[in-house]
Amino acid sequence: MRIDQNKCVACANCIPVCPMGAIYIDPKVNRATINTEACVECGNCLRGMSQEHLNPTMVRTVRKMAKAVRLRFEPEPDVCPTAAFFMNELEMPRLVRQVFSDPVVEHKSTGIKGRGTEEVKTNDVVPRVDIGEVGYTIEFGRPGVGVYFRDIQEMTRELGLLGARFEPNNPITHMMIDKKTGDVREDILNEKILSGIVEIKTTIGETEAILDAVRRVNKRIDTVMAVGISTRCDENGEDKVLGPQLEEWGYSFARAKTNMGLGRITNIKKKEEAHDEHLASVR
Amino acid sequence: MTNTLHRYGDAESFHDDFILFCIASTGNNDEGAAEKQRQFLRICAKHNPANMGNGNRATFQPDRHLNPLAHWNRDVTPDWEGVIGEAKKPGTTAAVFKTREDAEAALKEVIAADLGLSVNMSTSVEGAKSCAENCGLKRHSVEYSLGFNDPHDHLPNSQVVKLATMCGHGMVSFNMARKMIDMVREGRRSPEQAVTTLARFCPCGVYNPARAQRVLEEARDHSG
Repeated sequence: MRIDQNKCVACANCIPVCPMGAIYIDPKVNRATINTEACVECGNCLRGMSQEHLNPTMVRTVRKMAKAVRLRFEPEPDVCPTAAFFMNELEMPRLVRQVFSDPVVEHKSTGIKGRGTEEVKTNDVVPRVDIGEVGYTIEFGRPGVGVYFRDIQEMTRELGLLGARFEPNNPITHMMIDKKTGDVREDILNEKILSGIVEIKTTIGETEAILDAVRRVNKRIDTVMAVGISTRCDENGEDKVLGPQLEEWGYSFARAKTNMGLGRITNIKKKEEAHDEHLASVR
Repeated sequence: MTNTLHRYGDAESFHDDFILFCIASTGNNDEGAAEKQRQFLRICAKHNPANMGNGNRATFQPDRHLNPLAHWNRDVTPDWEGVIGEAKKPGTTAAVFKTREDAEAALKEVIAADLGLSVNMSTSVEGAKSCAENCGLKRHSVEYSLGFNDPHDHLPNSQVVKLATMCGHGMVSFNMARKMIDMVREGRRSPEQAVTTLARFCPCGVYNPARAQRVLEEARDHSG
């Protein structure tokens, strides 16, 4: 991300907008400036702020006059008056910052969109997590802290040692050079992203060890984490396994994402394939 | 993509936060899914949503060419039709409701429409369970949020975290949430104006302006 120094009027509206706190007014030039190490290329400053296209010289003059007589104009807080932000062309490895941080950008480097996969959101259509199995989405960096890939690797290596199966279509899995050990590409280890989601699957018997490992590793890596843990409900729509077990282990969960079971395969080719598979299995 | 699972708060704090979203499974039911997702949004729009999104844009969105007069009189009218009309690709469409009754009414109509796409609800565990039961559904799968793990004390106070985590992609910064709390406390913005400002940063349309307004009013009324 860049700020056109000829356009910026140092109004400072963009400073609180940045989720990483990477923007500041540089007193040497009196312009908004981006700390490129802290910036994760999420695009929130460019995409999230409304833009006026005012003449920078005119705005600076008005601001100077108002300041001279101690007048304070209170603008809308989410507006860049001169549309000073622009996105520059990013190359690897910095490109991963944008791919993992900007929610509307397509994963051109991985071929995947978004930070995770369909997870259990489409478990009614494509069974990913069955009864007795447990799916995990381990999110790093959000809210408001960010995370380096080297810290994510610390966790994926630990999970690899515990025998966790990494979700193959997950964008972080795509960044691994070894999907068993959890080793991540070396060239991106020092890149910071706004958030990353590691997805794994285990049996219910392995759950306690995985959750212990997550807490243990989080103490070593300087970021925040959030764990989502999922399972398939029984034929009555009840979860009599995972939820009670989590409570027994002392975990509390106020909120959940619930798949209502309304999805099914409707693509014609896929339906025919499923039908053929069914016939083959009965024969 | 919506990321609605992890929102800061206890079960009671989600009594005005019900998110229904409809998602196509790539390669399995994405043929013709865009029209079905528009239908999902049209149904939701009839049941008093607080926000809606189609994965690319939301009800409240920033203006690329803002008229400078907006500083005195900014339009904060929700643009439901824009969200519905621009849902042109299969993906995730979402609607936020502030009451369980509205969410249930929308869900019942979605069931009757038989779209064939996956429909999920994000709210308290019990809230979603009772919605499913009242609509005659048996839950298929459930993903619990174990909350935020912060061993290094990075997170600010609970009001700021509540406001910030309602955008699941982290686009509502702590500093912006804090600024809106301060502006409301100082009487420089009404809670309604402040929540619209915050909601504009969430491109997926899952930010809950009704819950955010409650949080801002609580922050104002209990300051000092």
